[in-house]
Amino acid sequence: MSLVIANGHVVDPASGLSETMDVLVADGRVREMGKSLRGDETLDARGLVVCPGLVDIQVHFREPGFESKETIATGSRAAARGGVTTVVTMANTNPPIDNAGLVELVTRRARETACIKVRPAACATKGMKGEELTEMAELKEAGAVAVTDDGRDIRSSAVMRRVLEYAGMVGLPYLAHCQDEDLSDGGTMHEGRHSMLMGVCGIPREAEEIRIDRNIRLAELAGAHIHIQHISTAGGVQIVRDAKRRGARVTAESAPHYWSLTAAAAMGFNTHAKMYPPLREEEDIAAIIAGFQDGTLDNIATDHAPHTRSEKDVEFQLAPFGIIGLETMLALTVTHLVRPGHITLEKAVALMTTGGAQVCSLEAGSLRVDGPADITVFDPEEQWTVTPADFGSKSANSPYLGTTLAGRVKHVFCDGRPVHTDKR
Amino acid sequence: MAGTTHAVWTRKDLVGIADLTREEIEMVLDAAPQFGAVSQRASGIKKVPLLQGRLVVLWFHEPSTRTRSSFELAAKRLSADTLAVASSTSSSVKGETLHDTLANIEAMRADITVIRHSCAGAPHLLAGSHRSHIINAGDGRHEHPTQALLDCYTMRESVRRRTGNPDATLDGVKVAIVGDVEHSRVARSDIHALLKLGAKVTVCGPSTLVPRELERYGVGVTHRLKEALEDADVVYSLRIQLERQAKALFPSLREYIKLFRIDAESLRHAPDHAIVMHPGPINRDLELSTEVADGPRSVILQQVTNGVAVRMAVMHLLANSGGAAR
Amino acid sequence: MTPDKDMLAESTVLMDRDAIAATVRSLALAISDANPDIGALVLLGILRRGRPLADRLAALIGEYTGTTPPVGSLATTMYRDDVRTGAAVPQMKGETHFDFSVDDRTVLLVDDVLAAGRTIRAALDEVMDYGRPRRIQLACLVDRGGRELPIQADYLGYSIATGADEWVSVRLRETDDEDAVLLLREDRRAETND
Repeated sequence: MSLVIANGHVVDPASGLSETMDVLVADGRVREMGKSLRGDETLDARGLVVCPGLVDIQVHFREPGFESKETIATGSRAAARGGVTTVVTMANTNPPIDNAGLVELVTRRARETACIKVRPAACATKGMKGEELTEMAELKEAGAVAVTDDGRDIRSSAVMRRVLEYAGMVGLPYLAHCQDEDLSDGGTMHEGRHSMLMGVCGIPREAEEIRIDRNIRLAELAGAHIHIQHISTAGGVQIVRDAKRRGARVTAESAPHYWSLTAAAAMGFNTHAKMYPPLREEEDIAAIIAGFQDGTLDNIATDHAPHTRSEKDVEFQLAPFGIIGLETMLALTVTHLVRPGHITLEKAVALMTTGGAQVCSLEAGSLRVDGPADITVFDPEEQWTVTPADFGSKSANSPYLGTTLAGRVKHVFCDGRPVHTDKR
Repeated sequence: MAGTTHAVWTRKDLVGIADLTREEIEMVLDAAPQFGAVSQRASGIKKVPLLQGRLVVLWFHEPSTRTRSSFELAAKRLSADTLAVASSTSSSVKGETLHDTLANIEAMRADITVIRHSCAGAPHLLAGSHRSHIINAGDGRHEHPTQALLDCYTMRESVRRRTGNPDATLDGVKVAIVGDVEHSRVARSDIHALLKLGAKVTVCGPSTLVPRELERYGVGVTHRLKEALEDADVVYSLRIQLERQAKALFPSLREYIKLFRIDAESLRHAPDHAIVMHPGPINRDLELSTEVADGPRSVILQQVTNGVAVRMAVMHLLANSGGAAR
Repeated sequence: MTPDKDMLAESTVLMDRDAIAATVRSLALAISDANPDIGALVLLGILRRGRPLADRLAALIGEYTGTTPPVGSLATTMYRDDVRTGAAVPQMKGETHFDFSVDDRTVLLVDDVLAAGRTIRAALDEVMDYGRPRRIQLACLVDRGGRELPIQADYLGYSIATGADEWVSVRLRETDDEDAVLLLREDRRAETND
């Protein structure tokens, strides 16, 4: 049974390909890419973009421990709806993924219940306490593709140094959540005029930037690869830029909400605009976009963080941090980066495929003959209004509900199996 | 002449001054005198039947005798039934959400719910989806709208007395707010109200306790008391809280007193006609000296009296205007 | 209750300036005769036009008896029975104000027009909240019928039965620059101002 995805605009950043052609899929692999291909079935992709299945290296699937928010099964459905076929799951579950047994649990659950590819990250310190190293070699052997204490930063510079040295030895990247807990203590949104008006304790940019700088310097000292997660500030982008310039082994990402929303979104105590790091201001948006343009930022990752409705429907300062993002990542990228002309479509696809894949050395994010048929087909022009029906996640904590975006995922294949088809 | 108004109140709730228009604020101020007169009745009953048969629930998460008593008295003067619901813990700790508690209150057919809560935004969370008229009696550091209304009413009455003009407004009146502005919901609400009424506001306090962003809104910011008081028509003193010292927000009460206390000495820099206000409770001789608090320039007790009148006006406007939810 | 803005198609003069003056004089005489203990009499004019009428009555009573009773104003707005219907907040006509006690006195309520009787009911409730009068009486210039409550005037100037599309407008020189009582008849009712 073969399928020809015909006449689509095929974009494969890994090879630099960007032209109209057909893709032939059979037995879970890409068999051929060319013109006028024949197969048992045909999918008409005229006017659509055909690209590698997207790669999101920062998602929270909440299993084990927080299954009311999300499970690996529902998280993978959310990913599929968003055109994402490979995810790297974060380790701040309950219990946190700090030993090989738990890594195996995640990979087994993924095998049994997930419709897309789930690659677990594991904790860098035991229990995420920031004190003792985890058995990183064993974790890697069990299938972990990165180490991270995401959800927290490692407070002690001495411990962070050792974490980086050891991770470097084992060959796992450290995915860094950068946050000075003292400076951000009690804060629930960006410190600025909106927090002042709302009478809410704020988190200054420096709370993030101080640690981005520290963590990069420690990685340089250790000679290790550090990846800076979810950058929200102009200063943060500049710190990464300077570090790359002096040859540091650093990569960095930002999430769609940081370039499409500002702190104003939290006015009225909107808990769907509460996350860490917080939404900042217009100048930060501009700097992040510039960071994508000049290669300072390597990839887009959503930090997909589901929370149940009742958890978010509480007093602002009590609500948990985080929003979902898998289902809206592509549309936000098209709407806010491609259509306004900040980056090309090809660059956007790269940020959502090879960018993340390279950070974690994943076999994903490219379309090539004999490679896995992880393929996303989307309409870059189609407008749609975000409703809970568009979510595959168990949770609906998104600030984009009710907004109209451009860019709609139409078909998604993972190892050649259709895992999502747009009903519209 | 007080009382001739053609404006109509349409809001279901009073959650903050930030959303109110100047006209709406003035509606409350203009209605207050008639309610004040009820409390002044020499003989007979100090009541009017405007809220007869209605239930006003006072839901105070943070302890507060004075504000709660003021609301309770205001409700009773309007002939309402009152019910105090004590709740000292917030949603998550207790297990019952804010929504659930309010739903239980409404099951008792509460018409007005007055809520004070330690979390900013708690009244906003409730106002949209509940039936009763919500009055914010203070939410964290965010707002305390009835305090601002009674403050502006007090200031306006003072200006009218001083100038002999019964129609005088607060336009151009200079107000100096001194103290811990950062943590003060009273300061925030007062600033919103005063700016909308055309007054000129200056805030003064330690740089660790005064948000610089206020300058963006046309509020003067200074850390020198003399500068703030120089041409002030109103000196508004805020309570300083001892806990702030522990959090490295200022070194000692001693230094605070030296730099920022409102006393006879510092008031010398203010014009002779300047009045002194405080939302209470006062830390005597800390942010405000006893001499000044009890002196001729202080209108602090009037604030308390006016508080009942203003709260009566607010409850009447909310409950009797046919606004929104039934 | 008299409409402030009269948009009339047709109006008939029921009482002109002289008729009003004569009526007020006879009302004052009747009140004086009925109150031998004139020192216990106090007048409360129901705003707006009840007050200037009360002032005139008090002056005349003073002429006849040698004692001018004190006069105050009653706004009645906070005692209305239609507060809960969600109608627009009633426009203020002024505030209740009087400098005397009502305890053990004869309180004479004064109003220009008596119709449904609800304003008088509110006035009664308000006066009772201020103390315990010995008795309360009512003086009205015009009774136009349409009673909804069992209330009557003790001293009445003029009585007329009005139809559904008619009502009475009292104009006084203190408030309207002239003295006249008019019967109005029209399709579109003027804005009532109670």
